[in-house]
Amino acid sequence: MNDALQYQKQIESQYEKLKKEAEAAGYRLNPDIEFTRELVDGLLTNEKRYGYWACPCRLADGVERNDRDIICPCDYRDADLTEHGACYCGLYVSQVVIHEKISAGSIPERRPPKEKRDKIGEKPATSLNSSLDYPV
Amino acid sequence: MKFTHIDGKNKGEIMLYALSTCVWCKKTKRLLRELGIAYDYVFVDLLDDDEKENAKKELERWNPCGSFPTIVVNDKESIVGYDVQKIKELINNE
Ligand code: SF4
Repeated sequence: MNDALQYQKQIESQYEKLKKEAEAAGYRLNPDIEFTRELVDGLLTNEKRYGYWACPCRLADGVERNDRDIICPCDYRDADLTEHGACYCGLYVSQVVIHEKISAGSIPERRPPKEKRDKIGEKPATSLNSSLDYPV
Repeated sequence: MKFTHIDGKNKGEIMLYALSTCVWCKKTKRLLRELGIAYDYVFVDLLDDDEKENAKKELERWNPCGSFPTIVVNDKESIVGYDVQKIKELINNE
């Protein structure tokens, strides 16, 4: 089998795996299969390039510590699904998008700019129970 | 920074900052091609480190959150994201 064909198979099987995992967790992949396959291709490319699934629609730093919030599924997925019906890339979509057959569009970037992320990172981690008034 | 030129109708200087893995960037390129507009693009993720830093700085002048795709038109204004309507309006440029 030639390399290109083998890679297509890899995209296909990764897509199936991701779809199963997403559905088991109550999420939905974008029903536009061509679009979704292109995203899986981007994720596999980034895995080869960086060693992890950096978001295909964002510029990765290449140092895992700095990219942690944008490793797929990213920290912004759920908020974007709630607000816009899709994640930033459009890999995950909400039920509404599926049922009403709306195609997911390009949405604004929720990830804070680097200086803001650095500031958040500088804050000391709050201890686990510090904000609780009583034991739970 | 090395931009790649795509031939078409001249609708001003249209510079596209894109990522090679991003689907919205692909859609933007496809739409520009369908419209037959000449433009230049760069895949920032494929640049070497120094060039990448320069590209990020340049991009952030137009789009402070540095997201992709971003189109800079005539060094004057920008279109952030795959904004079909605004991209289509480029065809009206002189
Ligand atoms: S925006 Fe979507 S595809 Fe990109 S990392 Fe987040 S969940 Fe994954």
